Amino acid sequence: MHATDHLAEASRLMTVCNSCRYCEGLCAVFPAMELRRNFADGDLNYLANLCHSCGACYQDCQFSPPHEFNVNVPRTLAEVRADSYQAYAWPAALQPLFNRNGLWIAAISAVSVAAFILGFAAWHDPEVLWSTDGNFYRLMPHNVMAGLFGAVFLFALLAMAMGLRAFWRDIGASSVAAGSGGSLWQAIKDAGQLRYLDGGGVGCYNEDEYPTDRRRLFHHLTFYGFMLCFAATSTGTIYHYVFGWEAPYGYLSLPKLFGIPGGIGLVIGPIGLLHAKLQRHADLRDPNQFGMETAFLAMLFATGLSGLVLMVARETAALAPLLALHLGVVFALFLTMPYGKFVHGLYRFAALVLYAAERKAEQPATPGAAIVTAKPLDAAAGVRSAG
Amino acid sequence: MMKDKTMADADMQTDVLVVGGGNAALCAAIAARRQGADVLVLEGAPKFYRGGNTRHTRNMRCAHDTATETLTGPYREEEFFDDLMRVTEGNTDVDLARHMIAESKPMLTWIQEQGVRFQPSLGGTLSLGRTNSFFLGGGRAMLNALYATAENLGVQFRYDAPVTDMTIEDGRFERATATLDGKAVTVKARSLVAAAGGFEANIDWLKEGWGEAADNFLIRGTPYNRGAVLRMLLDKGVQSIGDPTQCHAVAIDARAPKFDGGIITRLDCVVFGIVVNKHAQRFYDEGEDFWPKRYAIWGRLVAAQPDQIAYIVFDAKSLNLFMPSLYPPVQADTIEDLARKLDLPVGAFAKTVSDFNAAVRPGTFDHTVFDDCRTEGLEPEKTHWARRIEDAPFYAYPVRPGITFTYLGTRVDKAARMQMADGKGAANMFAAGEIMAGNVLGKGYAAGIGMTIGSVFGKIAGEGAARHARN
Repeated sequence: MHATDHLAEASRLMTVCNSCRYCEGLCAVFPAMELRRNFADGDLNYLANLCHSCGACYQDCQFSPPHEFNVNVPRTLAEVRADSYQAYAWPAALQPLFNRNGLWIAAISAVSVAAFILGFAAWHDPEVLWSTDGNFYRLMPHNVMAGLFGAVFLFALLAMAMGLRAFWRDIGASSVAAGSGGSLWQAIKDAGQLRYLDGGGVGCYNEDEYPTDRRRLFHHLTFYGFMLCFAATSTGTIYHYVFGWEAPYGYLSLPKLFGIPGGIGLVIGPIGLLHAKLQRHADLRDPNQFGMETAFLAMLFATGLSGLVLMVARETAALAPLLALHLGVVFALFLTMPYGKFVHGLYRFAALVLYAAERKAEQPATPGAAIVTAKPLDAAAGVRSAG
Repeated sequence: MMKDKTMADADMQTDVLVVGGGNAALCAAIAARRQGADVLVLEGAPKFYRGGNTRHTRNMRCAHDTATETLTGPYREEEFFDDLMRVTEGNTDVDLARHMIAESKPMLTWIQEQGVRFQPSLGGTLSLGRTNSFFLGGGRAMLNALYATAENLGVQFRYDAPVTDMTIEDGRFERATATLDGKAVTVKARSLVAAAGGFEANIDWLKEGWGEAADNFLIRGTPYNRGAVLRMLLDKGVQSIGDPTQCHAVAIDARAPKFDGGIITRLDCVVFGIVVNKHAQRFYDEGEDFWPKRYAIWGRLVAAQPDQIAYIVFDAKSLNLFMPSLYPPVQADTIEDLARKLDLPVGAFAKTVSDFNAAVRPGTFDHTVFDDCRTEGLEPEKTHWARRIEDAPFYAYPVRPGITFTYLGTRVDKAARMQMADGKGAANMFAAGEIMAGNVLGKGYAAGIGMTIGSVFGKIAGEGAARHARN
């Protein structure tokens, strides 16, 4: 039996879908499903995280609501996926952060921003709060900044690594040696281009049966914007510690060349994604995730926007509050990374790695198995008939 | 453009009126619109159920001379024709069939130009990978693409718009009455394309051919194909073709819903076991041929059994050898328990199984070829893939006839023009799809041919209707 109602429903749907298979050309989920006849919770968590929520299978399905079979794969897998984020979160004591996630993220962000403002004021003469010389490090010494953010980043990395480990075990990724270089490279390519967010080739679906959705574009802006901002911060750190070059950097420096387009991506991308979310077909929405998803988009947007404004307005009296806002948001973003929508990227990437490995091995993973086992491909998994 | 002259569509007028909303109707509408005609499509079903049985399809059979990106090899017109003659046992209009097969070749390109996407044959469908083009995402994906194309071209659609009456004078369509938003509306058109499906969802009509047995039939597809338009046309002087009992019927899970269970209730395990009726008696050679080639005969076979019910029985070693289906099999640890669970006579069932087991000759089982596993001394024999039913647990699926679509329809000529009972061609009335499938399919079925009939005659009908409307 299954651990939750969402998993039980996912299992029912996969039984329906496995008897039909019309959608196997749309994405990775259905070919992965076809390798199986029965669906353990680990299998379902894998399939749920493999799903990119493109919506094509909902629009293409002859059994979607109002049909009595009530087949709604994107929504059901979204529910399973959200449950899985919580179940894998480490340490377990922090798993409740996924309940009312939007509220938690908002509260933590607010506290974080306030703490930076208070910190600036407490450790310095309040007059530095209004100085206009554009020097960050009068407000917060570089070492303090780097130490604080380094620590929270390491904590986030550890927590996410532990979550990933739990997922990896649950889906049995090691049973088909999914950690190999070939599978990783395939998954990097698939994730990097969002290969499965394209409705099987025509684009994905959001509000209706027309494949006019732009989520792939906006996700690219968001994801690559985030990576560019991360690269900007990293190169800035290297400049500072390796070369002894202190901020501010010129417009042709790497931190700026990375950071400006990255920040723009982080502003436009989340707006586009939020707009798409508000337009989404009612049947595909999971209202329980709205807070988590919106909070994450808002955090990314605030990171990008506050960074850009900070760059433009650094030599004004607004420097200190802007810096507090930017640092506060980024701090909260890192701190809450393991406890919010950010983890979707990790688990989806890991699912893509397993998918690549299963394709190569031509056999399904064994959920919960830690070692390589020889589970022959079910003779009938690939069998089908005339219709 | 179409003239919505007066209040609330109360009196509509168009060049080409298409009745129906499936593959045939959409091909007709698109083809007519591309010829410059104003086109109105009246779909009797609500939007979700639009498209009749096209929703449940997954491929079409078109002739082609070379392999393509999605087809593994050539399927020439002659071979297609031979296949058709074989499955229909010659019950086809040969000229019409040859014409359809010739036109199926360009259809492969045309339908893709209308937005339909194909994919390589699905895993395991090797037997169809050369002959049949599979729709990426299935039949509803195909429909969505055709609707989007038609809408972009300016075809007008009304859903929940059943046609309730027609005025036909001397083989000429004048106007139709449809229900729109609960009101009766008359629609005038210069020509008509009837693509409103068969009558398979009309149990009373099925009973005219099958008698009370039809009460036990399950309808695999849309509940909206009740044959209202077909009946109207036949009553108003259009010539009929086909036998009212002929249809595409397969054996499906008896637990399926009465309507619209679709593909997922089919069972592919007949060849792996034995099939018995309610008296626990076998009645046909389960190993006659590969399942894909023979699946279309089992609907009629089960329909001929008492109470139209049968049970496919197999044992543990066969459980994972076939495609999964929606409902789990009935399971028991002994043959006697299985009989009790199925409500079969226990003694008779045990004897049928033991007689079968005793008659199985030694052989090497291989379900991918005609193997040498057969029975000797049974009536009927099982000629291939016969293995003893002896490994617990034992399994069974109850099956009933699942009707896909009916063949009785309107007679047409090669131009998809309806023929009147007096032998003359109708002036401005065309038909495509299930409603005229009987012209090609007198009996039997070959996978994907329903969609070929729909697309090819739909396009021909739409072009003919537009040509007539312009003149």
